[in-house]
Amino acid sequence: MFLRNTVAAAALVVSAGAAFAGCGITDGRVSIVGNEFPAIQTVGANAVACAGDSVEVTTNLTADHQSINLPGMQGDPAEYTSAIIANSSIVALMNNDVIRPLDDLIAKHGGDLKKNQIITIGGNAMAVAFMANAQHLVYRSDLLEAAGLEVPTTYEEMLSAAKVLREKGLSENPVGGAYKAGWNLAQEFNNMFLGMGGSHFKAGSAEPSVNSEAGVKALEMMKALSEYMNPDFLTHDSNATNAEYRAGNVALMNMWGSRAATLVTAEGVPQDVVDGFAIAGPMTVGGGDTPASTLWWDGWTVAKNISDEDAEATFLAMMNGIRPEMIQDDDVATQAVWLIDGYEPTPAAVGVYAAAQSGTIPYPMLPYMGLMHTALGAELTDFMQGNETAEQALADVEAAYVASAKENGFLQ
Amino acid sequence: MASKAQRKPLTLQLALVAFLIVWLIAAAFPFLWTLWGSFKVELDFFSINDWTNALTGDRTEQTYGRPFTGAGYYGAWIQEEFWRATINTFIVCFFVVCTSLTIGTLGAYALSRSGHNYVFWLLIIALIFRAMPPITLVSGYLPVFFDWNIWGYLPTAIIALVAINQPFTLWMLHSFFMKIPKDLDESAKVDGCTQFQAFWHVIIPVMWPGVITTGLFSFLLAYNDFAVTALVLSESNRTMIPEIAAFLGTTQTEGNVMFAVAAVVSATVPLFILVMFFQRQIVSGLTAGAVKG
Amino acid sequence: MKHKTFFWFFLPTAAAMLVFIFAPIVSVVMQSVFLPHEAVLVEVENCGPFGCTTETAIDQEATDRLRDASPLGRFSGLELYFDRSNLASAEVAEIWRTTESWGAFGSELYDLPFYRAMAFTLTYTFTVTPLLIALGFFIAVAVNSVTRQIRGFLIFFSLLPMIVTPLVGSLILFWMIDARGVLGNLISYLANDPGLSLKASTPLMWISLIVYGIWSSAPFAFVVFYAGLQTVPQDTLESAQIDGATRAQQIRYVIVPHLMPLITFVALIQLMDNFRVFEPIVGFNAEAHARSLSWKIFNDLTGETQQLSAAATTSVLTILCVALLLSPVLVRTWRDFRGKA
Repeated sequence: MFLRNTVAAAALVVSAGAAFAGCGITDGRVSIVGNEFPAIQTVGANAVACAGDSVEVTTNLTADHQSINLPGMQGDPAEYTSAIIANSSIVALMNNDVIRPLDDLIAKHGGDLKKNQIITIGGNAMAVAFMANAQHLVYRSDLLEAAGLEVPTTYEEMLSAAKVLREKGLSENPVGGAYKAGWNLAQEFNNMFLGMGGSHFKAGSAEPSVNSEAGVKALEMMKALSEYMNPDFLTHDSNATNAEYRAGNVALMNMWGSRAATLVTAEGVPQDVVDGFAIAGPMTVGGGDTPASTLWWDGWTVAKNISDEDAEATFLAMMNGIRPEMIQDDDVATQAVWLIDGYEPTPAAVGVYAAAQSGTIPYPMLPYMGLMHTALGAELTDFMQGNETAEQALADVEAAYVASAKENGFLQ
Repeated sequence: MASKAQRKPLTLQLALVAFLIVWLIAAAFPFLWTLWGSFKVELDFFSINDWTNALTGDRTEQTYGRPFTGAGYYGAWIQEEFWRATINTFIVCFFVVCTSLTIGTLGAYALSRSGHNYVFWLLIIALIFRAMPPITLVSGYLPVFFDWNIWGYLPTAIIALVAINQPFTLWMLHSFFMKIPKDLDESAKVDGCTQFQAFWHVIIPVMWPGVITTGLFSFLLAYNDFAVTALVLSESNRTMIPEIAAFLGTTQTEGNVMFAVAAVVSATVPLFILVMFFQRQIVSGLTAGAVKG
Repeated sequence: MKHKTFFWFFLPTAAAMLVFIFAPIVSVVMQSVFLPHEAVLVEVENCGPFGCTTETAIDQEATDRLRDASPLGRFSGLELYFDRSNLASAEVAEIWRTTESWGAFGSELYDLPFYRAMAFTLTYTFTVTPLLIALGFFIAVAVNSVTRQIRGFLIFFSLLPMIVTPLVGSLILFWMIDARGVLGNLISYLANDPGLSLKASTPLMWISLIVYGIWSSAPFAFVVFYAGLQTVPQDTLESAQIDGATRAQQIRYVIVPHLMPLITFVALIQLMDNFRVFEPIVGFNAEAHARSLSWKIFNDLTGETQQLSAAATTSVLTILCVALLLSPVLVRTWRDFRGKA
C-alpha cells in the first residue's frame, strides 16, 4: 500500500530499541500472508524484525491474499505458516481445516495477550486478534448545525435530517453510502438486517431466513435512504463515497472506522469539510437496540501443516509483530483501532469504540455466511433499481443461496 | 497513393479528414486528459464539484501553490519504488516474448508445412483452449504451484503466460507461414538441408517482419496481463499492473489513486517508444503474412 | 512434412499447452461433475473481542471420514449444469408453465443468473464485434488515403486505446462519463438534460460498455486491416478504375474480398474475446446493470467462500458456447484448409 515504506521504517525504528536477537526464536521458517493496509504492514515489519541467522521470516502482503492463503496453506508443508485474516475470512481456513489450535502456544508464550484478543471456536483458540473495525456514522457538523439538526442516532433520524438538508439547499444528495452492487451492497443489507433484529439463518442450521419481515423492512429503509444519495449509488464503493464526502457533497454517511483517520487528510480537501468532519457511533434502526452495523476484527492464525518448531517460531514472530510497545509510536497508534494492551483510542477511533460498547453484533463466523453474502450482493440490485419487490428480491437471494449451499454440501 | 488522393473529390476528402479527426480525438483524448490530470491532486483529477477544476487545478493550487504537482510521480516512483515493478515487468515481457516466439514459430511452421488433417484439428483445439477464461486457469494453477514450491517466482509466471498466449501466437504465425511459398524450403531441402536447417536458414529470415509483429502482440499481452501476474507472483516479484491495482486500495482501506494514475502514465511511455520504433515492422509484418489467410 | 519431423517441431508448444491449458481444463471438468463433500455441522461457542456467540462450524473429523471414503467428492453427473446457478432447467420449466406472454417469460428468465449473464454477453458480442470490424476498416481506409508523412503519427495515436491497460483505462473513462465528469457533462449538455446519468440507467450503461468495447478493440482490427491494404494488388484496382467502378464499388468488389481472410481472423479472435467480456464490467462498476459469464465466474471465485464447482461449471459452459459461436467461422476455415491441401 502507499504508506508501505514509511510504515515499515516507523516500525523498524520502534523495534530497534527492543531488537533482542531473534525474538527468542532459535530456528525455524516463518512466512506470512495477509492484506496490505498500513496496520498489517506494521505487524509484518515487526515480525520480520525477528529474522536471524537460522530464522527465516518473509511476508507477502497483498490485496489478493484471500485467493492465495487457502491454496498456500493446503500443501504439506504449507507455504505460509501464518495467515492474517478477518472474522469473515477465517471461515474459509476453518472450513478447510488448515489452521491449528493455539492453546498450548498461548499457554507457553502468550503472556502479553489480553483475554479478548483470543478467538476461540468451539473451545479451541484458533486466532489472535490485534485490531477492530466497524462501520459507523461520519457526518458534517457544520452542515447539521446550519440546518439546526441534532446528530442522528437512528436511521429514521438520518432520513429526516437528509430531507431537511435537501430542502434547505445545503446538500443536493446529503446521504453517502457504499451501495456498490456486490460485496458492499450486501454488507449494507447485513447491517440494516441485523439492526432490524433479523438473523440470516434459522438457528443452528444452514437454512436461510432473510426473506422475513426484518429483511423487507431493511430493504425498504435502504431504498428510502438511496433517494437521498447520488443517483449512481449502485456504482459507488467506499472509495467513491469518501470522494463525495471530501468534495463536500455528502453530509451523512455510514463509513468504515479504518478509513476515518485519513478521510480529511488527503491533499486539497476544502477547509469547511476538514473543520466540519465529525464521527459518531453506529445508528440503530426500526426502534431496535442493536446498532445497524457489524463488528470486525483482524488477527493472525498459524498453519496446521507445518512442523511444531515452525509453528512455535511463527507464533513468537507474530507475537513480536503485535508487541504492546509498538503502539507507543504515534503513527502506529493512528493506523488502526488496536486491541493490543495499553492502546488509548485516538479521536478517529471513537466510532469503532462506540460500536463495540453499544452491543453491535460481530460479523457472523458461519461456514456458509460467505455464500449468503455473495447471493445478497448479486440479487438485491433488482430491488434497489425498482425492478422487483422486496419479497421477490429476497426470494431470489434465498434461491441463489440454497443452490450454492447445496453445491458446497451445507444443505441437502 | 499520393497521386490517387489528389484525384478524390473534395467532399470525400473532407469527409475522410473529418472522420480521422473525430477518431483521433476519441482515441487520444482520454489519454491526454489522464496525462494532464496526473499532475494534479486527486480532488482535481476527479473533480466532483466542477469538472473545470480538472483543467485549472483549483485544489492543486490551494495545496501546492501552483496548478501542477509531481507528487503522484514522486509517490509512485520514489516512495513506493515503482521501478522494482518496472524491472520485473521487463524481465517477464522479455522472456515471454522470446519463449513464445521460439516455440510458437517452430509449432506454427510445422502446422503450415504439413497437409495432414490433424493439422486442422490441432489448430481448432488450440482455438478452443483459448476460450478458457484465464481466471479459471489461474485458480487451477494455484494449488499445484504451491505444492511444487514454484509459486511466486517470475519464471513461473513467464511459463504460464507463454502457455496461455500460445494459441493466439500459433494462429497468427501460422497465417504468416502460409503466405511464404513452400517451394522456398522444398528447394533448400533438395539442396541437402534438413527440415530444421531449411526452417532456420531460409524461412526465418523471410519471416522476420511476421515474427516481430507477433512478438509485439505477445509483448502487449504480457505487459497488460493482470489475471496471472496478480495471483501467481509474490509481493516482492510483482509486475507493474498488479502494483497499480494495489495503489487503488480496497473497500476497507484507503488507496492513493494519483499514484496509480501517475504509474499508468509512466507505464505507457515504454509502449510509446516501442510502437514508434516498431510501427513500420508491425505493418510490414502483417502485410507479409495473414493476408491470404 | 513427415509425421516424425512434425512431432519434434510441434512438441514444445504442445507440451506447454497440455500442461498449462489442457490439464486445468480436465480438472475443471472433474470439478464440475464432483461436488464438495457434505459438511457435517456442529454447534460451537465462539469467543472473541466482542464476547461469545453460539454459531455452527464444520465438524472436521466427521467430514474427514466422508472425504476419505470418496476422495474426489460427491459424484453429481450433470446436476450442477442444470441447477439454478447455471442452466436452471427446473426453474425455466416452471417459468414456462406459469408465464403467459413472451415478455413475462423473458423478464422472469432474466432473473436467473445464467440467462442474465447470457443476455448481456450475447448482446455485447454481437454488437461490438461487427461494429469494431467496421470501424477498424474505415480507420484503415482513411489512414491509408492520407499522405505518407503523417501516417506514422496517425497509427501511433490510433493504437492508444489498445495499449493503455484496461484496468485503469476503464477506471478513467468511468470517471469521465460520470454525470459530473468531462464527457458526462458534454453528453448531458448535448441531450439537454442536466440530470442525465449514464451510470444510473441499465440501457445507458449497456451502451457505455458497448462503446468502450468498440473503442478499445478497434485498434486491433485497424492494424490488421491497414497492413492488409498495403498488399491490395494495384493492377486489379487500376483495371477496376478503368472499367469505371466507383469508389464504393472498388471497396466492395476488390478490397473487401482481398481482406476477407483477415476479416475472418479478426472476427474469430474478437468474437471469442468479446464473449469473455469481463474487465469493462469491473472497471465500470457495472455489476448492477450488466453481468457476463466471465464476471459470474470471477464472482464465484472471489467471494468470501470460493465456489469452485459453480465456477468450473460456468467455465465449461463458456467453452461450449464459444465453440458453438465460432462453428460457422470454423466451417469456413475447414473449407479453406481442404481447398489448399
